[in-house]
Amino acid sequence: MIVNLTSPLIVTELQKSYQGKRVVDGLNLELVRGECFGLLGPNGAGKTTTLRCCLGLTAPDSGDITLAGLPVPQRAREARASIGVVPQFDNLDPDFTVAENLLVYGRYFGMSDADIRPKIAGLLEFAGLAGKENANIRTLSGGMKRRLTLGRALVNDPDLLILDEPTTGLDPQARHLIWERLKRLLSQGKTILLTTHFMDEAERLCQRLGIMDAGRLMTIGPPRDLIRDNIEAQVVEVYGEGAPDWATAEATAFAQRIEVSGETAFCYVKDATALLQHLGGRPALRTLHRPANLEDVFLKLTGRDLRD
Amino acid sequence: MGHFDYSLPSFSLRALAVWRRNFLVWRKLAIPSLLGNLADPMIYLFGLGYGLGGLLPQVAGVSYIAFLASGTVCGSTMNAASFEALYSSFSRMHMQKTWEAIMNAPVALDDVMAGEWLWAAAKASLSGVAILAVIAALGFVASPLALWALPVIFITGLCFAALGLIVTALAPSYDFFMYYFTLFITPMVLLCGVFFPADQLPPLVQSIAAWLPLTHSVALIRPLLFDTMPTNILMHLFVLIGIAMVAFWIAVVLTRRRLLN
Repeated sequence: MIVNLTSPLIVTELQKSYQGKRVVDGLNLELVRGECFGLLGPNGAGKTTTLRCCLGLTAPDSGDITLAGLPVPQRAREARASIGVVPQFDNLDPDFTVAENLLVYGRYFGMSDADIRPKIAGLLEFAGLAGKENANIRTLSGGMKRRLTLGRALVNDPDLLILDEPTTGLDPQARHLIWERLKRLLSQGKTILLTTHFMDEAERLCQRLGIMDAGRLMTIGPPRDLIRDNIEAQVVEVYGEGAPDWATAEATAFAQRIEVSGETAFCYVKDATALLQHLGGRPALRTLHRPANLEDVFLKLTGRDLRD
Repeated sequence: MGHFDYSLPSFSLRALAVWRRNFLVWRKLAIPSLLGNLADPMIYLFGLGYGLGGLLPQVAGVSYIAFLASGTVCGSTMNAASFEALYSSFSRMHMQKTWEAIMNAPVALDDVMAGEWLWAAAKASLSGVAILAVIAALGFVASPLALWALPVIFITGLCFAALGLIVTALAPSYDFFMYYFTLFITPMVLLCGVFFPADQLPPLVQSIAAWLPLTHSVALIRPLLFDTMPTNILMHLFVLIGIAMVAFWIAVVLTRRRLLN
């Protein structure tokens, strides 16, 4: 047996502009076989465009992409034969039943009906849709549709799964079920590339994360390393009417870094003892003391401004 | 907007998977779909054929209803191809994002377009052939020479499906298709000899009509149904096939710009 150790996806100096606006700006990325890699970024960071370039659905302005060992976009069609894709918005075929969706999708991979039909029950089992073979797509809940889309992406038994915001719009129960399934796929040795803006999703699933903003990868590494390397260990959140004034006048003596957002001051500190002692004497200010997390890193690197 | 990729369409056998997808959907609703395709032209055929035909002497050497029947074969093939390539393809491309899903598999946009094109032509052919069968059963078809109309029906379907796909590539919404139907399809029905011989029209209008694809379809199909060899066969075929090929190429270039940027 030949074990394929080459990276399923290598991206070098990827650039892509739309109407003069640079959407992807010199992105470098190399997936490790068997890992779950998360691209984390605010809306408009260039995540979806990056994925579209990697799949050969849009031509980059410059840079190199190797998907499944093949150059993209030149040989994208062949490369996609060993990839499974879960798009951001469900595009299941509403004219078909659940089982027909899988059958017809398998045909796009050049599989014969005789190859696909025996796989359908297993895929539906995996998607938690056993017994729904003949259900109409319109009768499925949002979570069921997502799971069927995931099952559909597995019809060709792909090596690499690419998921664009796989749990956006799902309730917590449905999200947990998707996460559990993705972990199962990882344990089977599949490689996963996903985009998300949910920190808990990134932290739970991904061995490595890249935080993306304005078309660039700001940082890349395992979630814990990102927290350790990019931000102070402790956060004290200070709320109340006087919080912003207090932050500018006094907090700098106790905190390495302070961010004010509305009525809240976020104090980032290596050691919170002195700050908490000081705040003990200010009963008008409410406080929350917690360890720094991925969201703090994300907000530090991408800013607190709204992206719409 | 992005750049144009003018390279010629290049497609693989995966186009057939796209064709089969549309066929499977159609098969579920085959009977109502076929009846729907037949009902409208039949109402016109009998309404005008008997109503108006009673007032008319022979038209171009045959009874008016027989004249109209042969034109209706061409007109309904055109309509069916146009509806499929406009409304149905647009639904799949824009509303349902079916094409997007397909292109995540190893199927290129050119394959999707080729599958859609051949499907719209096939569905239109079915519509044309169904009408041909009905009018043959009613005795308006003179001889087995009419079998040669079958490939011409398919080429007519290819021609109008490709033209329709151009409009779909440019359409922001369904409303856009009204322009195409009112400004292009409806005039063609009136100018190209479906309802009356085009030589009834003023010379200027006739010379415009000579450039319209439906004229060439009618010029081939009508004589075949009346047991006559059409004249200028190669020229008519060249126009229909030429328009089909060029229009498909333009549709592919425009759709690439729309979806692959």
